[in-house]
Amino acid sequence: MRTHKLSAAVAVMVAWSCAPQAQSAPAPQASPAASAQTSTARQDTPTAKSSPGAGATSVPNADPFPSTYRAFPSRTTVIRNATVMTAAGPTLRGASVLLRDGKIAAVGTDITAPSDAVVVDGTGKYVTPGIIDTHSHLGVYSAPGSSGNSDGNEATNPVTAYVWAEHSVWPQDPQFPRNLAGGVTTLQVLPGSANLIGGRSVVLHVVPSRTVQGMKFPGAKYGLKMACGENPKRVYANRGPSTRMGNVAGYRTAWINAEAYRRKWDKWNADHQGDPPSRDLNNETLAEVLRGNIYVHNHCYRADEMAQMMDIAKEFGYSIRSFHHGVEAYKIADLLARDSISASVWADWGGFKMEAIDGVKANAAIVDHAGARAIIHSDDPSGSQRLNQEAAKAMYAGRDVGITITDDQAIKWITINPAWALGLQDRIGSLETGKNADVILWSGNPFSVYSRTEKVWVDGALMFDRTDRAQRWKTDFELGFVPELRLPGGSR
Amino acid sequence: MRTLTWKSLSLLVVASALQAQTVAITGGKVYTVSGAPIDNGTVLIRNGRIAEVGANVAVPADAQRIDATGKIVTPGLINSATELGLVDISAERPTRDMSARGTNAIAAAFTVWEGFNPASVYLAPARNEGITTVVIAPTGGLVSGQAAVLDLVDGSMSDMLIKAPVGIIAHIDDQQSANANSRGELLVKLRELLEDARVYARRKSEFERAQTRDFVAGRLDLEAMIPVVEGRLPLIVAADRESDIEAALRLMREYNLKLIIAGGAEGWLVADRLAAAKVPVLTGAMTNIPQSFSALGSYQENAAMMRRAGVDVILIGDAGTGDAETFNVRNLKQEAGNAVAYGMGWDDALRAVTLAPARMLGIADRYGSLEVGKVADVVVWSGDPFEFSSRAEHVLVRGREIGTPSRQDMLEQRYRTLPPDYRKP
Repeated sequence: MRTHKLSAAVAVMVAWSCAPQAQSAPAPQASPAASAQTSTARQDTPTAKSSPGAGATSVPNADPFPSTYRAFPSRTTVIRNATVMTAAGPTLRGASVLLRDGKIAAVGTDITAPSDAVVVDGTGKYVTPGIIDTHSHLGVYSAPGSSGNSDGNEATNPVTAYVWAEHSVWPQDPQFPRNLAGGVTTLQVLPGSANLIGGRSVVLHVVPSRTVQGMKFPGAKYGLKMACGENPKRVYANRGPSTRMGNVAGYRTAWINAEAYRRKWDKWNADHQGDPPSRDLNNETLAEVLRGNIYVHNHCYRADEMAQMMDIAKEFGYSIRSFHHGVEAYKIADLLARDSISASVWADWGGFKMEAIDGVKANAAIVDHAGARAIIHSDDPSGSQRLNQEAAKAMYAGRDVGITITDDQAIKWITINPAWALGLQDRIGSLETGKNADVILWSGNPFSVYSRTEKVWVDGALMFDRTDRAQRWKTDFELGFVPELRLPGGSR
Repeated sequence: MRTLTWKSLSLLVVASALQAQTVAITGGKVYTVSGAPIDNGTVLIRNGRIAEVGANVAVPADAQRIDATGKIVTPGLINSATELGLVDISAERPTRDMSARGTNAIAAAFTVWEGFNPASVYLAPARNEGITTVVIAPTGGLVSGQAAVLDLVDGSMSDMLIKAPVGIIAHIDDQQSANANSRGELLVKLRELLEDARVYARRKSEFERAQTRDFVAGRLDLEAMIPVVEGRLPLIVAADRESDIEAALRLMREYNLKLIIAGGAEGWLVADRLAAAKVPVLTGAMTNIPQSFSALGSYQENAAMMRRAGVDVILIGDAGTGDAETFNVRNLKQEAGNAVAYGMGWDDALRAVTLAPARMLGIADRYGSLEVGKVADVVVWSGDPFEFSSRAEHVLVRGREIGTPSRQDMLEQRYRTLPPDYRKP
């Protein structure tokens, strides 16, 4: 994670997610993972009861942990005379954005605000859609890094499609309010990348809640985390897979099993003949991918491996929604465009392992230029707070190699493009009438290093206000543990 | 590892090796750092040194001219906490040369620069973005070893070296790494080392005759600690928690150490004491997460608050994993920009990546500002050096522009058009 050179202590604490850490890789265990599956299966078998409970049969698109999110109270608000980057068209100068009933009610230069509207002066300021991060481990690798809250990698089995990230999310992770302050209004929390198939992701609103259900984005599809390359083969070196070819065999075996499972259940769901087949959480998730109900989010660095994953997807008839990290996405940007796969990439990370040595800053720009969807993601609780800065670096790197990326294009890398990767492009990601009012007011151009968020609205509710420190969301953990900043001269 | 290193390598700038060459950077807004900015200024460089700086400098006819009209001229940036040339691919053991095994978690004699790789592919990306000078520092253990400062010129390690050592690194915030069970035990170990070094310094000949008691560290480690206990060489102590910083201040007073704090996440809570003790702090401005139990009070305002209290703040990168940072030594300017966004004056931020580190490192007579006689590490920026939109258009290290494309530049050129034509020359 984040620490400076001279202080190694902190870095070691959080053995982490998708990032490198060769030295702190979880020791492979000859694990009792299989027993977890059998015990669940046993529970699923109908016994004395005449009809199984609702949870006992495999229902496509079932929602056993439904969202209880409700938008926070909002007031009709108009942001006036701002520079508005809509992510849906050219930047509007001297424009207004009207937020009403949690939605964008109007965007333009000729808006008359209702008399009861809260008026926010946007003079000299910028407005953008809320930022969306496709790759977060907030809540599953909470701060402070601790063994007690290290819940991101179920590194006990190379295929753990049966785990769901939401069951690890700690809503009191103090990283959540910091992400919101950085303008992130929606994020996808993924399991780590120790496994070939790591489990289900969850899409969250970045809002205070006692429960993860209270953060879940209603109606958002689940994602499936898959991982290529070095991490799985390193973690499972002793029991396998220990090579890239072992990795590929592992994915294919899992899909073969899932396909058989899907057929069995689809048949039973259609005819209800006889006993239902026994439920298997692992195959249930994978079958949902094959049915198109869950998106594949594939951690994959190298161009050649991404091309192989694209072939595997074709072999089994699923589609990959986004390659994550995609350090070499620029080498196969044309293939990504062809198969409509987005690339969630960093602006300038690389070098930390063999599969990351070819990282270049113009990655996103080259991907965009080839007609594929470029996304700047974080995989990092600090980078996530500054995705605008990361996008800026990537945009200017593109211009440096002669690819003209406009500000209007680059803003899409952190808004509407990640919205698409999550399947939420019709609800969030741009400032268009009818969309959710996830909105940021910036002190200046978001691609300037000096600009900061001033206000952040989620579904029209003002959830962050830099001028109002007293009202800021503070997680339970922070009470007492985190010393309150005492700024000289008042409340900033 | 040999013995000549730590004493004899302290003055190695090889200006005479450069052939006579005169460069005039004209028309830019010149931020000297040591004085007021000069509009439409000229920086005249001769033989790798700054010969003249000012608004009315006569440019010799034979000078190579760099037109900086409308641009900004600053000293080269100094990144004071890197593993550049020590770690290339951190997951690959053979490319990691930043830590020593040591004895009992003590490796004071470890001269990290001897393993420095001048051919590292990460030198060019740093240099091309305006970093001319870096500190390379060892890590791990209780006492990690000795840090050095070098210029990113082409050449061997000895050509690049400016001064070594510039300090000895100690970690008082990591019991495990120090092979101790608690903070208190860790501090006992450190005290024991400091005391043994004092005794060793007085009784070397008895030591050679085996007439001393056992020491906690070996001969070379004790030898390396002598300048520290004599207050000549800084002890650079990694500490984030308020109480850890205070422990370091206590050690400083007890042993008359020249102390530098690295990290200093909760420095804002002790800013007055740090300022009064004139202890410089190496810190970043992009961390606000209570990421460990040693750094619960992390705020982006920290650097600015310490500066306001009068602390000598040196900005370093702390925005990514250690891994990402070798790749991103160049991102120091982003750190500086964020420091400004969170309350630091722009001039202070520039100073915190130029003159402030030069002073801390004891090289301010030659580095850190654009003054006559100083080494010509100079950058011409297309705009505000901290802004993403700005490019380092000319980077001169010891008066010369190197400009070698990085490996990343080559990859971008190769794949700029798809599919790539591998047969092209």
